[in-house]
Parts: sequence; structure tokens; C-alpha cells
Amino acid sequence: MDFAAMAQYLPLYETAMWLTLRIGWVGIIGSIVIGLVVAMVNHFKVPVLHQVCRAYVELFRNTPLLIQLFFIYFGLPRLGLSISAEACGMLGVALLGGAYMAESFRAGLEAVEPIQTETALSLGMSRAQVMRLVVLPQAVTLSIQSFVANVIFLLKETSVFSAISLLDLMFVAKDLIGLYYKTTECLVMLVIFYLIIILPVSILGTVVERRLRHGAFGD
Amino acid sequence: MTEPLLRIEHLKKAYGDNVVLKDISVDVAPGEVIVVIGPSGCGKSTFLRCINGLEPIQGGSVRIDGEEVDPGSKNISKLRQRIGMVFQSYELFPHKTVIDNVMLSPLKVQKRPKAEVKEEALALLERVGLKEKAGSFPRELSGGQKQRVAIARALAMQPEVLLLDEITAALDPEMVREVLDVILDLAREGKTMIIVTHEMSFARAVADRVLFFDGGEIVEEDIPERFFTAPRTERAQKFLHTFEFEAVREHEAAPQEQQQA
Repeated sequence: MDFAAMAQYLPLYETAMWLTLRIGWVGIIGSIVIGLVVAMVNHFKVPVLHQVCRAYVELFRNTPLLIQLFFIYFGLPRLGLSISAEACGMLGVALLGGAYMAESFRAGLEAVEPIQTETALSLGMSRAQVMRLVVLPQAVTLSIQSFVANVIFLLKETSVFSAISLLDLMFVAKDLIGLYYKTTECLVMLVIFYLIIILPVSILGTVVERRLRHGAFGD
Repeated sequence: MTEPLLRIEHLKKAYGDNVVLKDISVDVAPGEVIVVIGPSGCGKSTFLRCINGLEPIQGGSVRIDGEEVDPGSKNISKLRQRIGMVFQSYELFPHKTVIDNVMLSPLKVQKRPKAEVKEEALALLERVGLKEKAGSFPRELSGGQKQRVAIARALAMQPEVLLLDEITAALDPEMVREVLDVILDLAREGKTMIIVTHEMSFARAVADRVLFFDGGEIVEEDIPERFFTAPRTERAQKFLHTFEFEAVREHEAAPQEQQQA
């Protein structure tokens, strides 16, 4: 293994890592917002909106991110909306992730027994208070496991960004391999950098999950 | 007679074509303890849920102090604060400690000062014998303890009426007593309550008046002394009969005695 070459590539990987992180996290935050709204709409079966949200979830969960990105990147300008490749990446992650998050949150909401809501109502709480004080805290705890899995999945999905010429980790690796043929070195570094990004999420997720479960349900 | 605290008139409840409550009228005086008994599926629990506005009703009215309890109205949560309810399955909030369960609604709904609420919550927990469990989570408690916390939580809202829906039905026999003692204590203090129960001896001990429900209507209504010893209707007689075992098996002597002989 050519460590000297690897040292040389390091700054390129580092820049790419920050780009991946930036797009990934903005996209994930977007996906949480979308997911919460869609989950609520689907949980309460809001007329009309409910059908729209179901269609959205099915469309984005059942098509590859790469194709969604192509539609956003090449399709939007045709509609007269031109946005940067970076914004496209964020939007793509947010939309794909939103569909996944919506399903996790909805599963969490559904796992809270309706009689908990009735109990809270009988204590004089308003519908909004019931949601905020009783149902959501339990639903979040119940969906934390699939939530963490979604975050990890979305961070890995960013590897298709190179297709819309974003200089992310995958792009840098492929580019360097094409230029210098140091395939092993470049791929090893790629693996290491993805681990640097995702491993902390995974570890943190396990800790949070254990904490929440012990704090809230103890099982 | 004093003005009734709770006035239920011609209450009708149906799920589609299935009529659960036909035409229920009951007045509850302040301080009165009403026990509702009857076979399962007779509409007892639904009756309580209607009083608390958890179910929309198809006819008649429920009034507390003259104000109508209507699930669709804006002030329903205000009225529910005056009508406490305890459920069979306790339904403590699993993500909150015992004391937080008790304090949640007084703090967030009634917006009373925290120090006062905490002091009262501790007093209530002491009353149900669980002061030392204030910091525990519901999962660390036994069924009987959970139910006592649920009672304290309902009382913390200082309701005028307390509705108890088969609160001992999910408990092991040895835990039933600790919960019922709390209720007997409340009755002695003059708390207005409507109690749905299958514990006949408890019903007899606690009730001022017994309502016997069957098929969605009140079949018999009487003071407990008369109801349990000399029920007037055939349906009540038949129902009470199911709690007795007539054919006691006869034995010549206990097995040990036989061996000795």
C-alpha cells in the first residue's frame, strides 16, 4: 500500500467528507420535518392530504435515490426552476428520507395505545396537549430504533451524489482511481471515511436507544 | 332534595344499529356513591365513557352542575377536569415518574404553581400509601400500586365526580383489597363517585345506591341492603345468583382424619 500517496489524497477526501456531511445532515433534518408532518397526516387520516401523503410515501420509498436525483437535477430546470447540485442533493435526501421517516414515526404513533389518549383527555388535556405531552414522547421512543437505521441508510445513500457531479467521497475516490490507478488505496480510504461519518451515528444511536428505553420503558 | 351534581337524562348511545344504552336517566347527588353492576356487555363502561364525554351520544344529555357535557363542544376539556376517571388498565404514562404522572395535568392544564402542585401530589401519594415510590417509573410498580397512582393522579385534578371503570378487574386477588380500601376511604370522606365493579361485597360496602344494568337499560335501582338480599326483578336475581355456588360437594371427613381412623 502506498501510504505516501494516501497522505497526498487526504485533503481531497477531507473536503469531500465535509460536503457529504453537509448535504447529508441538511437532508436528514429536512427528512425529519417532512416525516413528522406526513406521519401526523397519515395517522389522523386527514382527508385528501392523507391520500396525497400515502402516494408520496409509496413513490419515494419504492424508487431508487439515483432516479429521484435525476428527476430533480434534470427535471426541475425544465420547469424553469434551476437549483444548485448541492441543493438537489439535499432535496433528494430530504424527500427520500421523509418517506422512510414518515413510516417510522407512524409506526411509533400507532404503537401508543388509544386508551392513553383517552386517559389524557379525561385529565382535562386538550388534543394538542395530549399529542405533545403524552403521545409524541412515547412515539419517539418507540420509533428511535428505526429512526437511527434511517439516518445511517440516508448517509450511505449520499454515495450516489457523484452522479449529479457533486464532489462527494465517492466522486473523489472514483476520480483518483481514474487518474492514478491506486485502486486499493483509494477504496480503503473511502471505506475509512464512510466509517468516520457513520460509526459515531451508529454508536450514539445505540446509547440513546438504551437510555430512552431504560428511562421510559425499561425493557 | 339537594340539587343533583350530575344529571343524566334519557341518555342514548348506539354504534350504528347496535344500541348500547337505550334510555338512561340518573341523578347523582353531591357526595353520593353509585355502584353500577350488571353482566358484561350491558353498557356499564360505555355509560361512564359517555358521562366523561369520551363517546358522542345519540340522544339525551349529561349535565354537571347544569352544564352540558358535549364531546364536540369547545369547553369539553374544562368540564372533563371536573370529572375524573380511572380505567381498568391503569394507563399511567410510562415515560413519566410516579410523581410526574400525578403532577402533569395540574401543572399543564390547570397551570397551578409547581410548589403547591408538588406538595399536594406528595400528600395524595401518601394517602394511597405510595409516597416512597414518587420517583419510580410505572414499570417498577405492581398492578395494585399502579392503580393507586392512577387514583391519585385523577384526584390531583380535584374533580367533583370520580368515575371508576372496573378498576380492580385486572388485579391479582391480593392486590384488590389495597385499591378498594382507598376507594372506601374516599367514600367515607364524601367524594361523589360512580363505580362500575364486579366485586359484589365491595359494591355492598361502598354504595349508597346500586344500579343494575342489563341490555342497555337500568333494570333495577335500589339501596344495597335491599338489592343484594331481596332483588325485585328476575333478571337481578338471576345475575346475583351467578356469584353463588349452590352445589357444595359433600365430604364425610377431611382426608387426614380418614387416614387416622
